[in-house]
Amino acid sequence: MSVEFDQKAHETLADANLQLAIYTSTGRLKRGRVASVASDVLPDYQELRTQANAIKKHAIDNLDYYLEEFERNVTARGGKVVYCKDATAVADFVLGLAKERGAGLIVKSKSMTTEEVDLNERLEHHGLESVETDLGEYILQLNHEKPYHIVLPALHKTRYDVAEIFTRRLNAPHETVIEKQTALACGVLRDKFLKADIGISGANFLVADSGAIVIIENEGNARLTTTAPRVHIVLAGIEKVIPRARDLATFLKLLARSATGQFLSAYTSFLSGARRPGEIDGPDEFYVVLLDNGRTRLLPDREKRQTLYCIRCGACLNACPVYRKIGGYSFPGVYSGPIGAILTPQFLGVTHEPALPFASSLCGACAEVCPVKIDIPKVLLELRSEVQKAETRDNRNRLERLSFRAFAWLMTHPRLYEMAGRIAAWMAPAGEGKWISSAPPWMNLPPVRAWLSQRDLPPPPAKSFREQWRQRR
Amino acid sequence: MASVLEGLGYQVDFPENQTCCGQPAFNSGYRDEARAVARHFIRTFAGYERIVVPSGSCTSMIVHHFAELFRKEPETLERVHALEKRVWEFSTFLTEVAGVEDVGAHLDEVVTFHDGCHALRDLAIHDAPRKLLSRVRGLELREMQPNDECCGFGGTFSVKFAELSGAMARTKLDAILQTGATTVVSLDPSCLMQIQGALSRAGKAVRTMHLAEVLASR
Repeated sequence: MSVEFDQKAHETLADANLQLAIYTSTGRLKRGRVASVASDVLPDYQELRTQANAIKKHAIDNLDYYLEEFERNVTARGGKVVYCKDATAVADFVLGLAKERGAGLIVKSKSMTTEEVDLNERLEHHGLESVETDLGEYILQLNHEKPYHIVLPALHKTRYDVAEIFTRRLNAPHETVIEKQTALACGVLRDKFLKADIGISGANFLVADSGAIVIIENEGNARLTTTAPRVHIVLAGIEKVIPRARDLATFLKLLARSATGQFLSAYTSFLSGARRPGEIDGPDEFYVVLLDNGRTRLLPDREKRQTLYCIRCGACLNACPVYRKIGGYSFPGVYSGPIGAILTPQFLGVTHEPALPFASSLCGACAEVCPVKIDIPKVLLELRSEVQKAETRDNRNRLERLSFRAFAWLMTHPRLYEMAGRIAAWMAPAGEGKWISSAPPWMNLPPVRAWLSQRDLPPPPAKSFREQWRQRR
Repeated sequence: MASVLEGLGYQVDFPENQTCCGQPAFNSGYRDEARAVARHFIRTFAGYERIVVPSGSCTSMIVHHFAELFRKEPETLERVHALEKRVWEFSTFLTEVAGVEDVGAHLDEVVTFHDGCHALRDLAIHDAPRKLLSRVRGLELREMQPNDECCGFGGTFSVKFAELSGAMARTKLDAILQTGATTVVSLDPSCLMQIQGALSRAGKAVRTMHLAEVLASR
């Protein structure tokens, strides 16, 4: 279908080391999730999923109400809420604030939303230094790469790759022991934390009734990012809002389990407002930037709106047999895997990469593991239908459309259908019941060629089922 | 399938007007075309008490997606809802409607069972085929690990993303071959075509059988 998608998928499939890295890492996460939600350790797992889905549905159905409540409560605690409609608006806000405060160095904790709006690039373009402090993100930033996975951005890198990157970019001695690599990064980053003027983080949840944001992480870098610099800016999509603090009881049980198989992540931070008198740490200023960037466009559609329930746990990526083969970079946009396949076309429009919703066998493994029960295959099917409507409108993909018209016609004319079957059987090479591995010239059509590039085709039956059935009567 | 059902005392008919459930068009985004084929299906099978389907994927299309296709046609939708209750995937028809597990089959083979994704996840069919296989005389069932992964068929996906689909099939093959089984059994002919096609290409002697073929073996 799409040349770029196919090319990247092909490169990934052909790279044996990469295949092993993806398969091993996702396999470990996959098994971790299964063990952590097993009925003996989390008996109410399915009820929790149902609850999480209901809470998200309610929050998204009443998004305006909860965003306003969130804003009121953030303001009451001395913070400020800023609404941004797109990437430019976010960059403008951060740049403006940095200029006012005379800031030059920014530290960042992991946030897919900042990736979505290319924040680092935009800030660096204006002479600011913006440093990723999550280890995986830091490695990728050094190597000018995008996250490969929503939760484990450097999942495709082995420790040997990391050694090479550190040597090349930091002039560090070649070091392949993971603990020593971590210590090296810690040393560099500690200095950045202490000198930074602004800390930028994402948020896992925006809690409307308390005006708090919740951040889940394992490295402690988000705590430093949000408390050490004088200014803390949170960037979050508007869909991250949940109504009540007590809803976290549901989500916190699900998120880390679904993501990594941990019962809870190492750090769960609840942050609200700036440092108050008498408090010993925390920023002087606290901003929450709420990003639309296409999200409100999803709201009118009753079916597809559920895409906004996503809590970015990455479980669908680990479960997906397609992601596990073609990895993160085959997907356009920053969100990869099944959730990316439904998010990206809705953010960027279905014609941006029309092949994307079709790159799925619809096996449903994603929906099975989704902690908020997003019916990803259903949304994919909706998007497929939208792609075809757009292609019809633009008068593209004519041959395929014609084929499916012919298919529908044949399938509603049983006699002709039977005759077509006979013709196909007659045309197939006779091989005494042996499977067919190459097509004779008259069968050399693109779909047949594509099938035979990987597998053999079944031989035609000696007698069709209908013939056998008639003889049997 | 007909022999197994007749062996249990059912009167079986094969309406010769039947063709397809329309899933290829539906899954490819051609809903008008899928609707035309689905309408033909509904008409063809109108007069039958039970419709037994030798495929989890087709069953799922009928019981889950027909209703979506006729959302805006209340009369057809009513017929679809009536149809949904009469449509059964083969293995669950045997265990739940006929109430049998032992159909008197005999097959001396070591088999491994492949769960088709739509049977497993859309219809939650897991135990029925295993119960039926466990009662086949001479048959040993060995589970592959992992046993819940897609074979990579996915309809037009298999030719639109051939290389990817092939890679998924080969991963499936590894799991199958590790069991040492001589036969792969499934509820879905399309998975079996993908798996047998890959086995044949890899030059492996392992063969594939539909559950109905196993249960009809004497």
